[in-house]
Amino acid sequence: MKLNRIFKIIFLSEFVKAIIIAMKEIFKKKKTINYPFEKGKISPRFRGEHALRKYPNGEERCIACKLCEAVCPAQAITIESEERADGSRKTTRYDIDMLKCIYCGLCEESCPVDAIVQGPNFEFATETREELYYNKEKLLENGDRWETVLAQNIKLDKPYR
Amino acid sequence: METLYLLYTEVYKILFLLIPILVSVAMIVWFDRRVWGFIQRRKGPNVVGPFGLFQTLADALKYIFKEIIVPASANKAVFIIAPIITMTLALSAWAVIPLSETIVISDINVGILYIFAISSLGVYGIIMGGWASNSKYPFLGAIRSAAQMVSYEVSIGIIIINVLLCVGSLNLKDIVMAQQNLWFIIPLFPMFVIFFISALAETNRPPFDLPEAEAELVAGYQTEYSGMMYAMFWLGEYANILLLCALGSILFLGGWLSPVDLYPFNIIPGIFWMLLKILLLFFVFAIVKAIVPRYRYDQLMRLGWKIFLPFSLLYVVLTASFLVYFDLLPKGNY
Repeated sequence: MKLNRIFKIIFLSEFVKAIIIAMKEIFKKKKTINYPFEKGKISPRFRGEHALRKYPNGEERCIACKLCEAVCPAQAITIESEERADGSRKTTRYDIDMLKCIYCGLCEESCPVDAIVQGPNFEFATETREELYYNKEKLLENGDRWETVLAQNIKLDKPYR
Repeated sequence: METLYLLYTEVYKILFLLIPILVSVAMIVWFDRRVWGFIQRRKGPNVVGPFGLFQTLADALKYIFKEIIVPASANKAVFIIAPIITMTLALSAWAVIPLSETIVISDINVGILYIFAISSLGVYGIIMGGWASNSKYPFLGAIRSAAQMVSYEVSIGIIIINVLLCVGSLNLKDIVMAQQNLWFIIPLFPMFVIFFISALAETNRPPFDLPEAEAELVAGYQTEYSGMMYAMFWLGEYANILLLCALGSILFLGGWLSPVDLYPFNIIPGIFWMLLKILLLFFVFAIVKAIVPRYRYDQLMRLGWKIFLPFSLLYVVLTASFLVYFDLLPKGNY
């Protein structure tokens, strides 16, 4: 056993083995993604930037039940609501502080009407803090922009909920 | 007029070698990072220029525009001179390296002694940098580096004696020409391995990068350096690595000689073979960086003094007695 070890040391056999492994690795497929040019695959459950969705007829989905506000562990959501002329309860204010948000997805899970969702977008970095205090307008705009993807993702994730 | 002309040709020669060396140092940094990345299944730098070739250029540009910070308690003069010494010495050793039969700045008879002297002086840049920083980590890094480089230079020296015994000349061109029939890597293979490992230690490459072991010493003697001064240490280091690769190919791999003296190979200019051999050696340097963990300090010293030194001394005796017994001693002009 000892002799074996001495031979290993003298002939650098471990070292030669390591070089051979390294040479093999050089020709294998690389795992790196050239990020800004290509992007990794994202699961339909991905919890990215928030969005408020609308019904196909243009009506807001949110019914101001404030479940998301209550469940939010970071207390990032602020909602104010009032009764509209047609008797439905709607939000007048829906703010999310994206800096407080921990992207846990509880708001999305608690929502009974699939109004607040977290979309696939994660590239919303800004240069000032103020730009990350999202209000209702911004969230609805997000919803309009990502609607096709959001609807598709909810459909794909339905069987597992 | 004649002296002026001589000066002109000398300066021309120096620039003609120096600028390609600086460019190839930049390329070699890129190559190093690329190989390192490939072994770890990454892509390495591939954004700046074709295949990321200009990455080092971009980095150097960044370093030039960065502020040079001199610590308040540092010895300013020594602090500033240190990287300059490192860089200058790393480049000046190239003066005697023959890239082919004709491409050499000064073909002096004691070329190998010159290289040895210059590379020994290289420690000074590091010691001065570490000492002048007046800070703990650079100081410890510099001490380690000095001890390491000095102890491995001893075994490199004795390995070179092996080669010189077979050649009978200190001239680098003669050393290459003596290998026309048989490259020294074949009879002196164990010496080549020890030379390679000592070269790793000499240039502070992994697994012997203890002077800049980031887990213990932040960045060793470079800790307090920034901007262009850091870049000079960095370029000097890579120029040194390239130099030792060139030395390895001259001493053991037959320099600019083609591997086989047959028709399609021996019409290719010698510089091509020389560069190929340097690149090949550097490729192994780069692979070693990716595959080995770092040595502990006592292991490093034990390897140098207790294994390499006695073994290479023994090999000197063996080589000498072999040459004397079979009457193969080179017939030089002595």
